[in-house]
Amino acid sequence: MQPVAKPVSAPAIVEIKGLRKSFGSNEVLKGIDLQVQPGEVIAIIGKSGSGKSTLLRCINGLEEFQSGSLTVDSKPLLHDNALAMRALRQRVGMIFQGFNLFPHLTVGKNVMLAPRLVKQQAEAPGMEQARKLLARVGLAEKFDAWPDQLSGGQQQRVAIARALAMEPAVLLCDEITSALDPELVGEVLRVVESLADEGMTLLMVTHEMSFARKVSDRVIFMHQGRVHEMGPPNELFGNPQTPELKQFLSSLHD
Amino acid sequence: MVDFSVWDIFRNLLLAARWTVGLSLMAFIGGGIVGALLLVARLSQVKGVDKAVGAYVQVFQGTPLLMQLFLAYFGIALFGVNTSAWVAAATALTLYTSAFLTEIWRGCVASIPKGQWEASASLALSFGERLRYVVLPQAVKIAIAPTVGFLVQVIKGTALASVIGFIELTKAGTMITNATFKPFVVYSCVALLYFILCFPVSLYAKMLERKLHAARR
Repeated sequence: MQPVAKPVSAPAIVEIKGLRKSFGSNEVLKGIDLQVQPGEVIAIIGKSGSGKSTLLRCINGLEEFQSGSLTVDSKPLLHDNALAMRALRQRVGMIFQGFNLFPHLTVGKNVMLAPRLVKQQAEAPGMEQARKLLARVGLAEKFDAWPDQLSGGQQQRVAIARALAMEPAVLLCDEITSALDPELVGEVLRVVESLADEGMTLLMVTHEMSFARKVSDRVIFMHQGRVHEMGPPNELFGNPQTPELKQFLSSLHD
Repeated sequence: MVDFSVWDIFRNLLLAARWTVGLSLMAFIGGGIVGALLLVARLSQVKGVDKAVGAYVQVFQGTPLLMQLFLAYFGIALFGVNTSAWVAAATALTLYTSAFLTEIWRGCVASIPKGQWEASASLALSFGERLRYVVLPQAVKIAIAPTVGFLVQVIKGTALASVIGFIELTKAGTMITNATFKPFVVYSCVALLYFILCFPVSLYAKMLERKLHAARR
């Protein structure tokens, strides 16, 4: 909750220092510093193009960054090291705007695939775990269903269960309700909220401001590739310091 | 003068058709294996490989199969290796088929949404696992129909092997014509045999396509 001054307190689970990322000549992240404590819930807000999704995607190596460092559990992210990436990605789960369920596998198999391959999980415990996770997201009866038989909200909840099956320490949520019909947003957010309550470390890029305000411990406002303003949700939403954040917040009420 | 019945002609063509089938299978299996290896090489994103494979594809797609057969036949001999027409034809057709198949399959893999790669990557799957368990199972379903369709092209393409002296259906037809002086009858039989070979394959491709559209997955 507090921007740590010295690395004396509890070790950060995600530590980002001077992170810069460009797409060609276009620099989208211009030096990001961020420490995330275990169990912390962080909401990242900002205009589109401010680099918030890119930042999230850097944390599990979906995007390569050019300079700076990023550690998860004190282990550095190394793009060229397949083993290190595999280890890191087991600690960092991700949920996408477009769900990205595997359409050729049933819901249960979607959840079971990665633990089976990466953790050599056996069939029986895998199935038991998958059923448990699906029950947790309220989809126990959908084990044998196919992804395209589900609503968007249900698909997103399966995606959450699938990510949880790897038992990640950090969960990245990239605008996970943006592709949903309004009436389906609530069911997904409730699941995320329950994860937050259970102590999962969450980093979420979101446009759901009331949700961010309610659930997060810290809100980050990104602007033009930088962390422009950061603080507890009440402060940030209640008393924005910079004109950019003020403008951003007021534009939401139009 | 000896009189040849239509059956005599047909029977001899039928015997030669075995070589057409053999050459087609050879080209398809060989080309499939080489094409698959090229596809994996291309997808692995090793620097330069994608461009090299792209150039390979362009060379084989941009030159006539006939020239490729000539080059294989006379080119291999240039290195002092004594090639039979069979080896040259099988080599040329294998390379030709691999270039087309790898391009067809690349398109099928490219049609799988990027999100599938990203989702499987973020679940810590390795490149091989992503390909094997997530992308290929989806791509294969799309690939079956065009692949089988291309097999028809290969079967007909084997006719060109006749120009380097490989005795398959077309070459046998020419030889029988020279003996019987009945070109129309002979080439009608040749055409009929090609049709008998190709038609079931096209039918199968069509059936697969329909099945694919009917089944949800």
